[in-house]
Amino acid sequence: MELLSGGDILLRALHDAGVKYLWGYPGGAALHIYDAIFRQDKVDHVLVRHEQAAVHAADAYSRTTGEVGAVLVTSGPGATNAITGIATAYMDSIPLVVISGQVVQDKIGDDAFQETDMIGVSRPIVKHSYLVKRPEDIAETIAKAFYIASSGRPGPVVVDIPKDVTDPNTKVAYSYPEKIKLRSYQPTTKGHSGQIKRAVKHLLAARRPVIYSGGGVIMANGSEQLRELARMLNYPVTNTLMGLGAYPGSDRQFLGMLGMHGTFEANTAMHHADLILAVGARFDDRVTNTPAKFCPNATIIHVDIDPTSISKTIRADIPIVGSCDQVMQEMIDQIAASGKRPDGEAIGEWWQQIDEWRERHGLYTASRYGESGGEIIKPQDVIKTLYKVTEGKAYVTSDVGQHQMFAAQYYLFDDPRKWVNSGGLGTMGYGLPAAMGAKMAHPEADVACVTGEGSIQMNIQELSTCTQHQLPVKIINLNNQALGMVKQWQDMQYGSRYSHILYEDSLPDFVKLAEAYGHVGMKVTRYEDLEPAMRECFALKDRTVFLDVYVDPGEHVYPMHVAPGSMRDLWLSKTERT
Amino acid sequence: MRRIISVLMENEPGALSRVVGLFSQRGYNIDSLTVAPTEDQTLSRLTLTTQGDDRIIEQITKQLNKLVDVVKVIDLTEGAHVERELMLLKVRAGGAQRAEVKRTVDIFRGQIVDVGPAGYTVQIAGDSSKLDAFIATLPESDIVEVVRSGVCGLSRGEKSLRV
Ligand SMILES: Cc1ncc(C[n+]2csc(CCOP(=O)(O)OP(=O)(O)O)c2C)c(N)n1
Ligand SMILES: [Mg+2]
Repeated sequence: MELLSGGDILLRALHDAGVKYLWGYPGGAALHIYDAIFRQDKVDHVLVRHEQAAVHAADAYSRTTGEVGAVLVTSGPGATNAITGIATAYMDSIPLVVISGQVVQDKIGDDAFQETDMIGVSRPIVKHSYLVKRPEDIAETIAKAFYIASSGRPGPVVVDIPKDVTDPNTKVAYSYPEKIKLRSYQPTTKGHSGQIKRAVKHLLAARRPVIYSGGGVIMANGSEQLRELARMLNYPVTNTLMGLGAYPGSDRQFLGMLGMHGTFEANTAMHHADLILAVGARFDDRVTNTPAKFCPNATIIHVDIDPTSISKTIRADIPIVGSCDQVMQEMIDQIAASGKRPDGEAIGEWWQQIDEWRERHGLYTASRYGESGGEIIKPQDVIKTLYKVTEGKAYVTSDVGQHQMFAAQYYLFDDPRKWVNSGGLGTMGYGLPAAMGAKMAHPEADVACVTGEGSIQMNIQELSTCTQHQLPVKIINLNNQALGMVKQWQDMQYGSRYSHILYEDSLPDFVKLAEAYGHVGMKVTRYEDLEPAMRECFALKDRTVFLDVYVDPGEHVYPMHVAPGSMRDLWLSKTERT
Repeated sequence: MRRIISVLMENEPGALSRVVGLFSQRGYNIDSLTVAPTEDQTLSRLTLTTQGDDRIIEQITKQLNKLVDVVKVIDLTEGAHVERELMLLKVRAGGAQRAEVKRTVDIFRGQIVDVGPAGYTVQIAGDSSKLDAFIATLPESDIVEVVRSGVCGLSRGEKSLRV
């Protein structure tokens, strides 16, 4: 049998686990591994400019493909730089395997150079972690890590490997386990049939139903089932920020996003619902507003693969633990077999009511926001233009802030895995590295990073990675010259005392900055130039383009939940509320 | 309400810190905690006592079950169970007090496991309230040192926590 060093075993195992791209950054404790990378050609290593970006890129690669993302960093600062990325993936249940180099085992605990207790530091933000102690254990640990990361409720797994374990002078036999079985880890995937039956009975009896679906449906590839179920029942669907694209954004039955910046019709329908089918969603505080006032009349059916998500913040009347796709499929089958359909008349009336709400305050009513023209470009119009120019087909990543909410509201995603953002952690700096991950996965597709001049500067160094690895992503910078979302809160709650949200003329010239990295920079300040510039930006297929769009700095994101309040308590504009 | 939760988990380094970390991370209390390997060296059994209403306990058991190292979890207080805690105390007992302390130890079915000129080392086992009661019989100034093991327990009858 062929004998291999720990470093070579690691690379073999990654290949056997299906890894095509390994996002990373070298350093002392990872040097044996980097030498092993050099000596093989099966796994492509992508050198980033900051470890946080490596994790975000792998995370977006995973979100847009459904595969497990893979990362390699060195010990100490390399590992701690990865932490924000890992926490981001953890909050959004993204399957990643993050390999960190560690100091040699002899020195662990001695405060050795670049020693950080990575297992300890990452413990609250990983699904699981391993410290590998012998080269013989590498292959099996990698196989376990990939299995754990991708099964059940997915999440990041850290594998910490001390340098002596990858020593090129110690060679052992390689074998990759065909199957992984863990007595302590057996996630439930099949929903309880009896519970599903009960749920179906309530579903069919509903008069004011809403299907509220989240990121779990995307993770479970349950989009088809969601569409079929919603259509056979003719029930309205709302998606969380994480769930956008699971149900087509342009479909008549879609109410838009719900929650803090959700649509009037989605939030109001939720409030008045007599039945809520929550699938792959977790009643996050950015969705529910005040839990005690949440949807007072609704019977709640909650489907989720993670039992801890059920009845954590909002009590479920009918809990179903299982994979979203499987549970919805069984619902569809049971409904079809029963020959029963919902009360057409009641559902018709419900739709009438919803359409009336839609017309009154929907995102597309004329009064929704002010008009663009001349030097005024409304940020919402930038997203609408992006939607038009890319024909709704782009992969859109975003950072965090107002621009993120405008992107979520106005880009209508018709397909899952196309909207990529940090929903749970809200990590500024996510957008650009995420766009790199999406572009690596889908080189032929348009990839846009909707960002703000604040967020983009948190990982701007990745423009260099885009140059090196030829990642022609389009950066759409909604430049409002402020940390806009913070400014909005300061306007609404702190008497417009703008504490540290302005840059006092210190913003870089983004056009020149893009050019310095070898990219194309464009600046747009007039509305009539917006669409032509956007078209030019996407016509430059092989170039990374930085489109710096100066938008109305006074704009707020609406609707916005009034706190503390119920789902239907919303600010609709700076002066108007429900 | 006070609950006794028993956890069977992989006897791996790091497993204990994940359990303890879970409690601090999610804001749950641990009143006592005991852990040791079982007859099967690959498994550890951890017993902890905590407080909380049904909802919190439901979350705690679910969250514990979610930990990859955890094989099984039961809430012993859900049914009939036996619970024991071990306590060792050093108490001052000189002169006339000596006989008095000895009598109290006998009443509590404790044992004197070490004797010195100025006092005893006493061992008492029982449920936590019995240990509390014993302490309450002694004047505070006579207690030199106390160590308690934390609660361990088993459910009564056929029910068991095994792989
Ligand atoms: C790493 C990080 N730090 C701070 C915040 C808090 N935060 C949320 S939105 C925001 C402002 C973002 O500004 P910008 O990127 O320009 O977007 P805008 O809101 O102006 O569209 C801040 C500071 C955050 N989400 N992430
Ligand atoms: Mg801004």
